[in-house]
Amino acid sequence: MPESIAKQPILSVRDVKVHFQVKGGDKAWPWTPKKVLKAVDGVSFDLYAGETLGVVGESGCGKSTLSRAILNLIPATGGEIVWMGKDLRKGSERDWHAVRRDIQMIFQDPLASLNPRMTIAQIIGEPLRVHRPELSGDEVLKRVKAMMAKVGLREQMINRYPHEFSGGQCQRIGIARALILEPKLIICDEPVSALDVSIQAQIINLLKELQREMGLALIFIAHDLAVVKHISDRILVMYLGREMELAGKQALYAKPSHPYTRALLSAIPIPDPALERAKQIQLLGGDLPSPLNPPSGCVFRTRCPLAEARCASEVPTLRRLDAATQSACLLA
Amino acid sequence: MSILQVKDLGVRFATLDGQVQAVNGVSFDLARGQTLGIVGESGSGKSQSVLAMMGLLAKNGQASGEALYQGKNLLTMTPRELNRIRGDRVSMIFQDPMTSLNPYLTVERQMTEVLQLHKGMSRKEAKKRAIELLEAVRIPDAARRIDMYPHEFSGGMRQRVMIAMALLCEPEVLIADEPTTALDVTVQAQILALLKDLQRDFGTAIIMITHDLGVVAGLCDRVMVMYGGRVMEQGPADSIFYQPSHPYTIGLLGALPRLDHDGDELMSIPGNPPNMANMPKGCPFSERCGHASERCASELPALIPGGHRADVLRACHKPAEQLIPTMHKEVARA
Repeated sequence: MPESIAKQPILSVRDVKVHFQVKGGDKAWPWTPKKVLKAVDGVSFDLYAGETLGVVGESGCGKSTLSRAILNLIPATGGEIVWMGKDLRKGSERDWHAVRRDIQMIFQDPLASLNPRMTIAQIIGEPLRVHRPELSGDEVLKRVKAMMAKVGLREQMINRYPHEFSGGQCQRIGIARALILEPKLIICDEPVSALDVSIQAQIINLLKELQREMGLALIFIAHDLAVVKHISDRILVMYLGREMELAGKQALYAKPSHPYTRALLSAIPIPDPALERAKQIQLLGGDLPSPLNPPSGCVFRTRCPLAEARCASEVPTLRRLDAATQSACLLA
Repeated sequence: MSILQVKDLGVRFATLDGQVQAVNGVSFDLARGQTLGIVGESGSGKSQSVLAMMGLLAKNGQASGEALYQGKNLLTMTPRELNRIRGDRVSMIFQDPMTSLNPYLTVERQMTEVLQLHKGMSRKEAKKRAIELLEAVRIPDAARRIDMYPHEFSGGMRQRVMIAMALLCEPEVLIADEPTTALDVTVQAQILALLKDLQRDFGTAIIMITHDLGVVAGLCDRVMVMYGGRVMEQGPADSIFYQPSHPYTIGLLGALPRLDHDGDELMSIPGNPPNMANMPKGCPFSERCGHASERCASELPALIPGGHRADVLRACHKPAEQLIPTMHKEVARA
C-alpha cells in the first residue's frame, strides 16, 4: 500500500449480508417453507482512497452480489455500508442517488451493458444529465469528448452506436461512462473476462493509468488471480459467500495463508512448459456445495485437504495473522 | 507415424457482404498420442478449421484443401462415410457442455446411442460400458447418476460427461474446442489433469483449441498460433514459449497476466482484431505489429521454416534473429 494513503477509509463494509428467499426445493408446494440462500454472508473490509482492492473467487462465491450490494442495486439484508463516515443502509433512496455520483460501476459484458439505441455521446453523457442537470448541452458534449480522448476513443466515433464497436472498444465506452462524473471509487465487475488476451492487457493498463491520474479507488472483481495481481494492492478471496483471506498483494502470492487461496493459485496454468509441467497442482476434490445448504463450520471444509474435526463445528471469521494478512482458516 | 494429415486447409463463407475467407493454408501432421495446441483470439479461425474437418461447418461454409485420416480425405466424404468416423475414430468436445448435450435425453440414452450405433452393442452392454467411462472420468456414483438429465449436473461434471462420451469408442483423435473456457480455474485444473491421464491410458492424440497459453504449456507437444485466419507460427511448445519468433506470438506472451513474474505493466498489443470481411492485403497482423514495414502491408509472408530452428514454421518478413533478442529484453521488463 502506498505511504500517501490516508488512514481513514473511504468505504467501510461491516458484516454485510445479502440473503435471498428462494423456493423451498425442486418439488416445492406453494406452502413449502421458503429457503434462505446466503449469497453474501458476513463480509467486512475497509477501502482507502486511491487503493485497489481485488475480489477473487469462483462462480457463485458472491463477489458480484457483494459489489451490487455496495451500490444498493441488490439491497443488503444485514450489516453496514459506511461511505465517508455515513451508513448508507440507514439512508433513503435519495442518499443512494447522491452516493452514486462518487461510486460508479463497470460491468462484465461490455456490449450488453450499453443501450443499443443510444449513441456513444448519449451513453457517456447520460450520467452528467442525471447527476449534473445544471450543465449546458455544450458543456456535456465538451466533457464527453475530453473523456473519450482519455480512454482512447477517437472523436469521430461520437455519433456511432454500440454495435459498431469491438468488445475492447465497448469496454472503453463503459469506462468513459463511469469516469465522467469524476467518481472517487469505481467498482469493476469482471471488466476484462469477456475480452481477448491482447485487449485485456490494454484495458488493465488503461485502468491503472487512469487510476494514477485521477486518484481513484478501485474494487476489481475477477475470477482470475493472475489478472488481479497486476492491478491490486490488497486482495480479498471469497468462497461460498464468505471471506477466506484478505491480504496484501505481496503476502498473498508469496505466502498464501488459506488452503483455498493455495488451491486457487496452484490451479492457474503458467504459460511456461517447464514450470507448468513440474508444478504440483493441489486439486480440489468434488464440487462446490450448494449455497442453499452450506457445510457447517468452515464452508470450505468439505473440499479442504487439511480439514479437522473442529472445522465442522467452529465458524471461522477473519483473524489477523500479521500486518499484511487476515485469514479465516482455523489452522492458519 | 501420423494418423491425421491436414494439408492447406481453407474455409470460406458466403455472406451477404461477399465471400469471407475464415481460414487459410492450415497444415499439420498429428502423430499417435501427440497433443497439438491451436492458439488464437476470437475470430482467428481456430474453431472453424476443426469444424471443417468434422464436416460441421455452417451451411454457407465451404472447406478446401485436404484432411487425410488413414489416407482418406475427410473433407470430400459424404455424411454417411463421415458418420462412420466421427464419434468413433475422431471425436470432439465442445466449449459449452450445456448446449452440446441434449437436454431432453438422460445421459444414459445419449451415451448408449453412440455405442449402439458404432459398435453394435446391445443397450445393456452399452450402459455397462458407459458407466465404466463415467467412472474413468471420476464422476462419483456413476451407476446412479447415469440416469440423470444434463441439467442435474454441475458445469464441471457436465464437461466430464462430454469427455466420457467422446471417449466411448476409444477414438484415435480427440478434438477439444476450448473445453475449459466456461469453467472455473479449480475445475479447469481437474479437467486438464483428467485429459492428461486419459491420454496416457488410451494413447489418444489430442487437438486442443484454446486462447489460454497456460493450458497449452501444460498439455501440448506442438503449438500452432493463428491470427486472422492464418498460421503465424507453428512448432514445438518449447520453441514457441522460450524462443517465440513471430511478433504476434511475442505480443501474446507479453500481454498475459502471469503469476510467475513480478512487475506491473502488461505489454499490450495496440489496436483491434481485424475485420474478416475486409482483411489487409499483406500480413493480417501488420496493422497492429510494432515491427511492420511497408512490405508487410502489401505482401503476404509465406509460412516457411524459421532461420533459428528448422522445426519451426513462421510467417513473417522480418528474420527471426532480429526478433528473438528483443523478446528476451521484453520478458525481462515484464
